Amino acid sequence: MAGPGLAGVENATAPASPSGRRPRRVRRTTPRNTLTAGSGLGLGLAMVWFSILVLLPLAAVVATAGENGLSRYLDVLRNDQTWAAVTLTVGQSALVTLVNVLVGTIIAWVLVRDSFWGKGLLNVVIDIPFALPTIVAGLVLLSLYGPQSPIGVHAAFTRYAVFLALAFVTLPFIVRTVQPVLEELDTDVEEAAASLGAGRGVIFRRIILPALTPAITAGAALSFARAISEYGSLVLLSGNKPYSTEVVSVRVLTFIENGNNASAAALASVMLAVALLVIVLLDIVQRRVARRG
Amino acid sequence: MKKLKSAAALAAVGVLALTGCSGGSSDAQAINVNAFSVMEAANEPVFADFEKTDAGKDVEFKTSYGASGDQSRAVAAGAAADVVHYSLETDITRLVDEGLVAKDWKDNATDGIATSSVVVLVVRKGNPLGITGWDDLIKPGVKIITPNPGSSGSARWNILAAWAHIVGNGGSEAEAKDFVTKLLGNTIALPGSGREATTAFTDGSGDVLLSYENEAILARQSGADIDYIVPDDTLLIQNPAAVTVDASDAAKSFLEFMTSPEAQADYAQSGFRPVIDGVDVGDVQGANDPADPFPTPAKLFTIDDTFGGWGEAADKFFGDGEDGNPLGIITELQQSTGKTGDE
Repeated sequence: MAGPGLAGVENATAPASPSGRRPRRVRRTTPRNTLTAGSGLGLGLAMVWFSILVLLPLAAVVATAGENGLSRYLDVLRNDQTWAAVTLTVGQSALVTLVNVLVGTIIAWVLVRDSFWGKGLLNVVIDIPFALPTIVAGLVLLSLYGPQSPIGVHAAFTRYAVFLALAFVTLPFIVRTVQPVLEELDTDVEEAAASLGAGRGVIFRRIILPALTPAITAGAALSFARAISEYGSLVLLSGNKPYSTEVVSVRVLTFIENGNNASAAALASVMLAVALLVIVLLDIVQRRVARRG
Repeated sequence: MKKLKSAAALAAVGVLALTGCSGGSSDAQAINVNAFSVMEAANEPVFADFEKTDAGKDVEFKTSYGASGDQSRAVAAGAAADVVHYSLETDITRLVDEGLVAKDWKDNATDGIATSSVVVLVVRKGNPLGITGWDDLIKPGVKIITPNPGSSGSARWNILAAWAHIVGNGGSEAEAKDFVTKLLGNTIALPGSGREATTAFTDGSGDVLLSYENEAILARQSGADIDYIVPDDTLLIQNPAAVTVDASDAAKSFLEFMTSPEAQADYAQSGFRPVIDGVDVGDVQGANDPADPFPTPAKLFTIDDTFGGWGEAADKFFGDGEDGNPLGIITELQQSTGKTGDE
């Protein structure tokens, strides 16, 4: 949507530009040359900022871990307790992300398409898991699902606790990525499809889903990445028992407490790789689904 | 209102004057105190009393509090610190290795220790399970909470206290392993820090919380509905403090002041046992018996006598087995209990 719109704007302003003949034309067909002085500066700033804040720390983590070569990664994963933590974290994160894809999309749908009493309030409340300091979230969850649970859910110190904490902190991601796309989506197209005899299922599968998929996968990537790195909200509720409820971030902290920074970095790098893999997978899924539309 | 305004104006002038001074010569009067979390409240009266002394007249304290290990790692990485005060010795050893604290930091009247406490058993109000000592903890069905000795350095005191209960009373290492295995088997949660463990316990989880006496007293002071038991034999928790190599004279005087009877009496009000004799403790609210707040256990083990010091104990018990590190006894037991618990 944004692509053609921008091109149209450029088209319109092209004649007004003093040097608007050949270079303009070339610029439009080969995107490599689109950098003006202003956008060059913008790109430069973006890259410097990104490098200092993200690339350098990531490179440092990988470099610390890579000091002893590849064997370090294998050694870290060969530890049974660490492996249990990795499988728990990745498994629960994947599960939470799946649930979020479903529930998050439904919440976004309800917020956009339906009108009901308290909708404005719900719209605001959705963001609270973002805003709440994670340790406070942990406290809230403990009083809600702990032994004093007012709703009778006793999930403290079990794997359900890990799931509940992750679900709490990652809920807003998909809601907030899907919502604006759904607002932009024209209901005319759906009505046209319906008038041509398409059933609700077909409309959803062929028209709505392809339009929402990029937003859903983007939200899913955010949700998964947040989940595998979560610490604060679940330490209180999960109990950190080895082989049972201990997540990767607690393992990393244990390595650091023992002055074993290399193993901590190796485990962190493994989780980086997992996150990267999942993001790539989600991108492939998104392309598939979007093409089907 | 008028008073408030003039006070504010005065404060502003004061701040201006201070910044003016610090611009000229290096201002030696600021003391950076880097300490573990619990000290945040406990230090306040000590600071106030130090400022009343000659050495502390124009001193300004800049403080930083957090998990002991995190604090120590931050200083090793360059955070400003004149006086460091940690939960256990290994966190100061780290700074000695980095050349930030002098090797002879233990050469003083208290062997470098500034505050102390003992490992206690925190139970529900009225002690419904009738817990009296360590042996009650391994009875079937007793649910224990203790902070995670892997990720929290200070939590290691608790596990070592359980170990000392066997070894210090003439038991063999095999018997101690057996005891700790049963204890870990009864453990339902290993929260990240002492405070988180207290939170989980006061929220209603578990029957017994392994904790520190000062933590139990503090929780009771803030209204928690719990009791605590000082076992007949337990481990003395010793929190060391030191100055960094380029600390000012004011910082050095403050370190000395921390072990003065006056400061120790202040710390006692926050639940810490005095590290010197002859301290007038007075009543300590929150203690089991406020008038006699720190009963001496029949047997009090120390890290030096029972374990040969932290230098030896840290690797022997808590090594993570990675990267050529020895696999610590407790780490190993945690792994084996975790596995059997799952099957």
